[in-house]
Amino acid sequence: MLVLVFSNSWTLEAERPNVVDLLHAEMEKQRFDCLRFEVDQLDRWDTALLIFVRSVCVWLEDAKVNYQFGDLPSGVQNMIQLSQAVPELKHRKAVKPSGFLSHIGDDAVDAYYGLDNYFSFIGQLVVDLFQFLRGKAQIRWQDFLYLLQSTGPKALMIVSLLSFLTGLIIAFIGVIQLQKFAADIYVADLVGLAVTRELGAVMVGVIMAGRTGAAFAAQIGSMQVNEEVDALTSFGISPMQFLVVPRVIALVLMMPLLCACADFVGILGGMVVAVAISDVSMVQYFNQVEAAVGLNDLLAGIFKSAIFGSIIAVAGCYRGLNCGRDATAVGQAATSAVVTSITWIVIADAIFAVSFHLLGI
Amino acid sequence: MSATDIMIKAEKLTMRYGDYTVMESLDFQVRRGEVKVIMGGSGCGKSTLLKHLIGLERAAAGNIYYGGQVFDPDSKDSDVMRRQFGVLFQGGALWSSMSVAENVALPLEEYTDLKPAEIREIVEFKLSLVGLGGFGHRFPSELSGGMRKRAGLARAIALDPEILFFDEPSAGLDPLSSRRLDDLILELRDALGATVVVVTHELASIFAIADRALFLDAETKRALCDGNPNDLIDDMNVDPKVRHFLKRGETDEKSM
Repeated sequence: MLVLVFSNSWTLEAERPNVVDLLHAEMEKQRFDCLRFEVDQLDRWDTALLIFVRSVCVWLEDAKVNYQFGDLPSGVQNMIQLSQAVPELKHRKAVKPSGFLSHIGDDAVDAYYGLDNYFSFIGQLVVDLFQFLRGKAQIRWQDFLYLLQSTGPKALMIVSLLSFLTGLIIAFIGVIQLQKFAADIYVADLVGLAVTRELGAVMVGVIMAGRTGAAFAAQIGSMQVNEEVDALTSFGISPMQFLVVPRVIALVLMMPLLCACADFVGILGGMVVAVAISDVSMVQYFNQVEAAVGLNDLLAGIFKSAIFGSIIAVAGCYRGLNCGRDATAVGQAATSAVVTSITWIVIADAIFAVSFHLLGI
Repeated sequence: MSATDIMIKAEKLTMRYGDYTVMESLDFQVRRGEVKVIMGGSGCGKSTLLKHLIGLERAAAGNIYYGGQVFDPDSKDSDVMRRQFGVLFQGGALWSSMSVAENVALPLEEYTDLKPAEIREIVEFKLSLVGLGGFGHRFPSELSGGMRKRAGLARAIALDPEILFFDEPSAGLDPLSSRRLDDLILELRDALGATVVVVTHELASIFAIADRALFLDAETKRALCDGNPNDLIDDMNVDPKVRHFLKRGETDEKSM
């Protein structure tokens, strides 16, 4: 029989001995088959005493040693018994340690189903877009107008500001290099072509992915959390037609307009630099832009922006509709909507660059 | 009992999430005009069963029939069947971007050819039925939990549905509001002549509203009984688990 005596204060602030070492040492010295807890002038105690006693009990049970609570305070005894009274979960899920290969296998299966899910989403979207064109979609026109407003005019300020600055930066880099060859005037070609063909569309794409794509994912995602999407389905209203189609159409309509605006403002930004730090005049600059930039260049950029718009809207809505059922999932949906759309915008832009080159546009 | 008296019938319905089986081979019927309560402990699959009934989840096996017709959530005519449903979700699930009146009006706008003025009149009437007359212009975020539920109920009855589904109607409500909602459910059933399916574990509600109650048991993954709760509680042939549940665990040792 071993007697364990607690004295003084046993609180979380006080330092406590290590149970396992203590009991091992005792066991080494002399094998005991019973342990009794006792107290001697124990003044203050809290959870610290409880966890200590509990870990002693666990150790003793493993070592098949009996124990008696002796004159431990009744509060301690009750709480220890309470903590032991809860039955272990019966159907605890057997978590098998998965190997490296099975991990890869699981990921591959998930990826396959994810892809499958994505394609059926796109397929359904195409079907419902046709329904919309035939005027048969379940759409609330107030919502659609509101979406046009929030994806178009409300984004105009930020798009203009950033495009203006982009034009300015390009011109600045260009002018300094071109001045070495006394070819300042060609800064107009540089800014004009860069902005209309590439930067206008890509800038608008990135801005709208962060601004609107994330908003779509978060809106639809929180509707999912709130069972609002289920409520739509239960009325036989298709979430695809009611939520996704108007968003995709609104963004595909508004992105080219924003892109045209970005092109114009970007060229204007370039002009400010050209006029300010080189001896190009405004009229010269605009004449040069007009000569350098063809209608092809302008339309190529604007066409790309429409495609980018559909990428952003689809990514945002897809992530939103496939959002989990809690607040963290909404955040993840918004994040992955932005990441997916920017990734696909860059990939699509690369494909456009190659195909426009091959087509000679 | 003729076949037309049976509104909903589940036949060998098995529900699964991935590998996890929620319920195995359920068989039950809901008669026209009755209030059927689906009860059981937390996590037994009550809400999952409701989701299957309204077509939000796909059954792993078995069928659900409405008035003798198979309900397949993926088929074209399922939308027509869904229009006979009115569903009140746990939190109300009002569409948060629309005002309360717009919420109630949306199903009417989608499925009827009524003029806007008529829709307004119907919406105001349905809102006053649930005690929310004059609250139409408010947004869901400006309502209390109980009001949201009642607004959700007004939306659920917008199309005069034949079947009303309730997911935990008393969850998060104080006893009085919960009682009022129960009374409202019974009044609406009588007024609309609707069939009502309620998922709940609130004993007071179960005894107050249920014509018949179906008890789902998570351990055996089956329905243990189907009958009027007032009869079930004293019936010695009924599984002790059900009596235990209905008596709030206060069963004496002999009957266990």
